Amino acid sequence: MSVQPLVEQLKGGLDAPICLTWELTYACNLQCVHCLSSSGQRDPRELSTVEAMHVLDELRDLQVFYINIGGGEPMVRRDFFDLVEYSVGNGIGVKFSTNGAFIDTDKARRLAAMDYLDIQISLDGVDEATNDAVRGAGSYRMARTAMDNLASAGFGPFKISVVVTRHNVPQLDAFKDLADSYGAQLRVTRLRPAGRGADTWHELHPTLGQQRQIYDWLMAHGENVLTGDSFFHLNALGDPLPGLNMCGAGRVVCLIDPIGDVYACPFVIHDEFRAGNVRDPGGFAKVWKESDLFRSLREPQSAGACASCGAYDACQGGCMAAKFFTGLPLDGPDPECVGGEGEHALQTVVPGSAPKPSMDHTKPVRLVRKPVTAS
Amino acid sequence: MAVALDSRLELHPQVAVRPEPFGALAYHYGNRRLIFLKHPDVVSVVKNLERHATLADTLDACGVSPDRWPSFVTALSSLESSEIVRERPAPR
Repeated sequence: MSVQPLVEQLKGGLDAPICLTWELTYACNLQCVHCLSSSGQRDPRELSTVEAMHVLDELRDLQVFYINIGGGEPMVRRDFFDLVEYSVGNGIGVKFSTNGAFIDTDKARRLAAMDYLDIQISLDGVDEATNDAVRGAGSYRMARTAMDNLASAGFGPFKISVVVTRHNVPQLDAFKDLADSYGAQLRVTRLRPAGRGADTWHELHPTLGQQRQIYDWLMAHGENVLTGDSFFHLNALGDPLPGLNMCGAGRVVCLIDPIGDVYACPFVIHDEFRAGNVRDPGGFAKVWKESDLFRSLREPQSAGACASCGAYDACQGGCMAAKFFTGLPLDGPDPECVGGEGEHALQTVVPGSAPKPSMDHTKPVRLVRKPVTAS
Repeated sequence: MAVALDSRLELHPQVAVRPEPFGALAYHYGNRRLIFLKHPDVVSVVKNLERHATLADTLDACGVSPDRWPSFVTALSSLESSEIVRERPAPR
């Protein structure tokens, strides 16, 4: 009945985001090597409780149905439960991503008692060695303990969230079995070269051969496995995967970072993709509706070097962030182009020329004991 | 349940409808489903179900011409299976 296909209309932007990610803090007890936000230390400019609640008021008025909370580790914030309860109390459902460190038996019971709350526990390997190589020593046990606690508390179907790397592609079936054993839902997403991931992507991203394996596996599991629509670059391999098959950045998706900066998506924390700040006059709504960046992203995009490729309609040229942080032009192939064009293009990138993430909250490495300074 | 012209429907109480340029977004807070209502007429029908006795009465009141009614029965059936609309509970 519609005049234009839905996806074309969505590309022109929505009155408010469908999928809004809000990183609550840059503080984190872990230092995952692929962290999109280079988290570790809290930023002194982070939004206060009152400021965060004001943003939630705005999102309620915009009728944002739910938010995806992340970090850093969001449960590090002392006002974490206050903000979640305020959000849900205002009709904004919450899905939050956590490494599980703070989900003890008490917290698990508290979380289980709340409505409209979804939890994603991050796990990047079905065994300790594979997971901890990426997420750090002890992180596997931490995540499994949190899962056990949620299951005992009767939380219901939480989500297990996996970033697919070349080391865990062979474990996809085992991840599904693990999720099933908890009555949990499996979510697998694409590794992005953002944040610290910009430095580790070349060693971690799935190989060209594995891309086909991931596609076949996702096709076989259909809507039983969540993907955040993150694998649409694989659609060039055949029938489309479930989901919207488009880049939602600035159109249906955006990110609010811990200091209130608004970016086009969670994978582009860089000045070039910063649309404004929730503290600016007019707040988040004005940024979403009027920023020059978001307006330009809602214009028709050029297929550029991909225009002559028969698969462009299927893959849409892939992920903007993946291209940006690997130094590729935005109107060319995705670095993981299943036609192999990305690999070619990467060979032409001058080493060291790819843009660096604008902020780094990685904790300083302490090789020796802190010197005692006289004050 | 199959939706028919004489069905007595209502918007599911756990569903919020947000207007958009193409029609509206409907979100079910219980099953977390997000549904695109791709035509303004579907939006007005969905929002007005409760004001009229039957689906046919709603379609009539919303000015939907009878030749389009079959497509609306199909659309409402799909929305019913996603629990965006439901059969009105019998009055007690």
